[in-house]
Parts: sequence; structure tokens; C-alpha cells
Amino acid sequence: MAESLIIETTDLHKSYDGVEALRGLTLGVPTGSIYGFLGRNGAGKTTTIKVLLGMARPSSGQARVFGLDVDNPEIRRRTGFVSEEKDLYDFMTVDEMIRFTAPFFPRWRADLEQRYLRKFELPSNRKIKALSRGTRTKLALLLALCRGAELLILDEPTSGLDPAMAEEVLQALVAHVAGEETTVFFSSHQIAEVDQIADHVAIIDRGCAVVTGALDDLRERYQRIQLVFDVDAPQAGFRAPGVVRLRRKGRMLTIMSSGGTEEIVEEASAMHPLSVEVVPVTLKEIFLETVTGEE
Amino acid sequence: MLFRPNPSLGVPIYLQLMEQVKHAIETGALRPGEQLPGIRPLAEELVMNPNTVAKAYRELEHEGVIELRHGAGAFVSAQPRTKKLAEAVRDAQPVVAATVKRLRARGLTDEEIRRLFEAELAGMRRGGRRG
Repeated sequence: MAESLIIETTDLHKSYDGVEALRGLTLGVPTGSIYGFLGRNGAGKTTTIKVLLGMARPSSGQARVFGLDVDNPEIRRRTGFVSEEKDLYDFMTVDEMIRFTAPFFPRWRADLEQRYLRKFELPSNRKIKALSRGTRTKLALLLALCRGAELLILDEPTSGLDPAMAEEVLQALVAHVAGEETTVFFSSHQIAEVDQIADHVAIIDRGCAVVTGALDDLRERYQRIQLVFDVDAPQAGFRAPGVVRLRRKGRMLTIMSSGGTEEIVEEASAMHPLSVEVVPVTLKEIFLETVTGEE
Repeated sequence: MLFRPNPSLGVPIYLQLMEQVKHAIETGALRPGEQLPGIRPLAEELVMNPNTVAKAYRELEHEGVIELRHGAGAFVSAQPRTKKLAEAVRDAQPVVAATVKRLRARGLTDEEIRRLFEAELAGMRRGGRRG
């Protein structure tokens, strides 16, 4: 099925003072998806977002949003963005911040503004500098949701929030996508929340996408195959493609596969194991097996 | 709530939701002709992706389990097959319950029992395709 891509990057590189933040990042974000952009701290998530919004120039490679080159200012007009710092003017009240922001956006949705003011229980007359972290996040989200954007780019939207507050933010996003035709691209290092609301995912590690795809498709493809032998597990090599990781421990051989489990099981059976088990793999396990550990 | 997919099971969410809808029909919790929750309210309530709910509903419609009536929502199909299936599933429940009880009595945890069932089913799928 040909799907249209709202964000597309090809072999994207970005260096800061000789340090490579992005090393050949290739991504395709389908229109209408909730796209979880997962990676460890420092993996290149924020750099990617800056490139997509024209706030940083790529060193090489291509990046397009709405089919436009990322230096096109139209992208910012059609995108709602919430930075990790939730940039707001501290000296304004909640109401002043909303009245200040709305005129910049001709498609401002007064109906949604009213809905989210009530839903998020935002204190209109309180100064922004006096808001809690959670309330600040909700205000930043309201400002992004109400501008009638086709695309929302959120950098760690739930970072620093307690679980109840994080759930509220996720619920608002899910409800928004169900009601409006909006694509959400959000970065996170919280696997559980990506698991919960995303339908597509990219796992980024050291500036490269190491896993990308529809989440349900990944859940179907990735499996763990556990073999138990009556003697020490053989030093086995597998010809079948799709072996992500092989671990030997005593009489046990564990294989993580990214597809083609049948072929791997067939090869494994020829080694005469006592038992063969195939177990589903969670996104967390995929994440831990594909990103590199500390040096 | 009737449905509660678990994202950390490693099983596609839309498949879990499909299974849970079918189970609700098989056990009689949802009756033929009865309306299912709308995509948006269900996504909001379960805090899950509306595209995933929509995918589960589409697949269920494809399998003839539910009907999507434009503008009106999703309804459980009125088909005789469901009733026979419902009986078969009701008959099977005590068998499963007894097996689980026996395994627990042998000291296996629920997690271990679940793994055994999953491995057995995965093995049967492989065997089926090879044979």
C-alpha cells in the first residue's frame, strides 16, 4: 500500500563542531500516524527535530516536511511544535499567553481552546512562572493543538511529569488525533508511552535509525527463540537472515530475530536441542537489543 | 471495561483488541446486533491509538464478526455461526480452566503457563505450515 509521507529524511547528517549528531538518518513518517521517535538521551532526537523545523541546517542529506525542503518557512506555519523546555513567556498569565499566540495563526481553533482550557483545568489568571511543570506542559500543548496544525512535533512531551499527568497528556493527544486530521511526531525515551499510543516507531541510536516500521508489524516480526541443549550450547552461526542477537549461556542459546523465525527454527532444530521455544518480544526488548550500551 | 489490550505483551495491539471483541461475543457479553463503542471514545478511554482501533474494527468487519454502518458505528453481526462458536468456546472454558488449575498445582506461575500456551500455539502454526 502506497502511503503518503508527511516527513521524509534521507541519509541525513549533522555535525556540530566536528561531533556527528546525525549519521545517515533515514525516516519516513506516514501522514495520519502517531509516530514515536525513541532513543536514549543524546541519540540525536532533538537534533532531528531542529532540522525538521529549519532550526538547524543539515550537513548533508535530505529532509522534507509536507514535501517541502526544511528551509521553507511554510513548514513552521503548518506545524505545532512543543519543545522540551516548553518555551513560554514567564511574565504573562495563561490567558495573556493564549491571546498573544492566537493571532499568529489564521486557523486558530477557538472551539478547541475552550475545550482544552476546561479539560486541562488551566488557571487563566495565573502567571506562567508560577505554573507547575505539568500545567506548563498542558498550556504548551494547548497552544500547539489549537493552531489548526496538520502536524504536531513534540520533543519529549511527558518528560518530568508524574504518571497521572503523563497519561492525561497522552489521552489529549489520542483524542486530538481521533477528532482532527493530524499527524503526531513525538520523541521520547519512555518506551511504555510509545508502546501505548504510537502506531509507527523509529528507534534511533547514535544518529542512525536502527529500527523503523509499523509497531504492530514489529510486534509480529520480532521473536525470541530459546533453545536448550543437554550439553553446552553449540557455537552456532546462522545462515538465516533476521538474526539480530545471539546469546549463549551454558546450555541455553537465545536468538532474537527480526523476521524469518521459521527458517531460524529449522536451522536450530538441526542442532538437536532438547527444546525450542518461540516467545513474543516486547518493544522494550527490541529497544534494549538494538541500541548500544554505555561505552 | 470490556476491552483492555496490553501493549507490553509483544502481541500486536489490533490483534489483542480483535481477540477481546471476539471473546466478548463468544461469552455473550456482547450480543448480535449490539453496538460497539465508537473508535474515538474507545481510543480515548483506553488511551490507545485511534488508527489501531480502526484497524481492528476493519479486520473484524472483514471476518464478518461486526458490521460497520456508515455514520452509525460498529455493530455485532447477527450470524448463526457465532452461536455455535459461542457454545464451543463455552465448552472449552472448563477444559482450559482445569488444565491451568493442574499446572498451578504443580507449582508453575501464570507467566510460565502463558509461555507454554504461546509456545505450543506458535509450534502448531509452524508445524501446520510445514506439513
